[in-house]
Amino acid sequence: MDLQIALLLGQDGVTNGAIYALLALALVLVFAVTRVIFIPQGEFVAFGALTLASLQAGKLPGTVWLLLAMGTAIGLIECTTAVRARRFHRLPLIILINCGAPLLLAASLLAVSPASLPLLVQVLLTLMLVVPLGPMLYRLAYQPVAEASVLALLIVSVAVHVTLTGIGLLFFGAEGSRTPAFTDANFAVGDVVLQGQTLLVIVASALLIVALYLFFERTLYGKALRATAMNRTGARLMGISGDLAGLLSFTLAGAIGAFSGVLISPITTVYYDSGFLIGLKGFVGAIIGGLASYPAAAAGAVLVGLLEAYSSYWASAFKEVIVFTLIIPVLLWRSLKTRHVEEA
Amino acid sequence: MSAAPAAEERSVVLEVGDLAVSYGKVEALHGLSLRVHRGEIVTVIGPNGAGKTTLLAALIGLLPLRGDLVYLGERQSVGRSVEQLVRQGMTLVPEKRELFAEMSVTDNLLLGAFDRYRAGHRDELETIDHVFDIFPRLMERRQQLAGTLSGGERQMLAMGRALMAKPRLLLLDEPSLGLAPLVIKEIFRTITGLRSTGVAILLVEQNARAALQVADYAYVLETGSISLEGPSATLASDTRVIESYLGLGGRH
Repeated sequence: MDLQIALLLGQDGVTNGAIYALLALALVLVFAVTRVIFIPQGEFVAFGALTLASLQAGKLPGTVWLLLAMGTAIGLIECTTAVRARRFHRLPLIILINCGAPLLLAASLLAVSPASLPLLVQVLLTLMLVVPLGPMLYRLAYQPVAEASVLALLIVSVAVHVTLTGIGLLFFGAEGSRTPAFTDANFAVGDVVLQGQTLLVIVASALLIVALYLFFERTLYGKALRATAMNRTGARLMGISGDLAGLLSFTLAGAIGAFSGVLISPITTVYYDSGFLIGLKGFVGAIIGGLASYPAAAAGAVLVGLLEAYSSYWASAFKEVIVFTLIIPVLLWRSLKTRHVEEA
Repeated sequence: MSAAPAAEERSVVLEVGDLAVSYGKVEALHGLSLRVHRGEIVTVIGPNGAGKTTLLAALIGLLPLRGDLVYLGERQSVGRSVEQLVRQGMTLVPEKRELFAEMSVTDNLLLGAFDRYRAGHRDELETIDHVFDIFPRLMERRQQLAGTLSGGERQMLAMGRALMAKPRLLLLDEPSLGLAPLVIKEIFRTITGLRSTGVAILLVEQNARAALQVADYAYVLETGSISLEGPSATLASDTRVIESYLGLGGRH
């Protein structure tokens, strides 16, 4: 292996690592706020990538139907609750948000031919189709059992993951899709060629991480999410309900997942079930960070990306084995190092 | 926001009748009635395990309760949530403080105004100045993490955070717990000062002497029900209270 190959592999590793880092952040966020281990995180990646591919192929993406179905289900539940509480004035708003908005989106997709739209609009449409699935999933699957144990929530996550993978197969078929590169630009730095695509992914991931940091540090809603993660009762007493925090964190997780899907779609061929493995690598990153620290999770995820890239060169067949075996020494080290400290 | 004419000076903020709270089959509180007026400090004193903390937790919606509950002239439904009550201006300063330990004092305070912010008010920076006026110590410590504060400062922060919500009814659970006598004095001086802002205060205390000194009206809670009530000054000279809670000069 010479320097050039090493740098090429490094580039690959950092690119994938950047995406794993995004997913690791989402996993840490969701776990800290809601105690849910969000296994379906990867499905958002697959749905994001495949929705974009469908739009570019001029097909109506199946996620539209999922959005409509989940919106209708939530609309029904909320309407029943409102009628029981005799709050009839809330009905129009509930129907408008849960059924009206998805219908409007579906209608506009049918009216225009998405394949002819500029890339940026296609990406925006993809995000509009996939991101709302996050909060909807929370409302339907997690909110009714929000007070359950971590294990029960994990079981719900497994069920949601299996369901979404099945739905993915139904909507997008068994064939994989790959979107054309966002840019063909290349930069030569000495002997090494930096692909524009690679730079784009890294810069976009970095920007999103900075945006998340600013959200958590500078806005009251971001602080409210951190507060919920730190002290549930304290947050409730401030009027920050678990439901609000859950919806907000799942929205962010949905957005991060869909955005990662868009970023990864020109790099690898994405199948309906590719999300799981991608999400799992993000999870390994998050575990390295102890499911608690954001910077450590991001660093862990980049490490996973690099390890994956270099092991695919030397031992391609054992690539996944090597990556997932990493978790064992990390867990050992963590369990030896961590002492339980009483919270103030 | 709502019209508050001067005639409302003595208006009832909270009226509880025949309240009962159970943990499973065990009844922690029963047949409890009390009333809090605007600008009034009402205290509930009583020994350990009498159900004082349970009372406040039930009032703020953390525990289910039975009985009649009228808050700000409105009968409360059974399924009321903490969030609804916070929106209606009820705030609890819990016994355990429940601060956000890894956040700065300023962030803790700002989060106290979260519900007002969500409802569209943008006056949190003015309110924080007001809270810093009441607790100058918090101003000095504003960059510090809440988890690094001393016990007294934590109590101040918990109270300041509650005041950020501009409450109409403030529920205080054992503010003197675990604090040095000098600090207790300071905290209670602040509580007295809050009366003039028009907020109604329901103060639950084991430190009967301090509580009776600041309160207008007092209830004695024993094994789940009210055993005695009356104006604080009257109760402070009641022989039963003196024997059980004040002791002979508090020296034994």
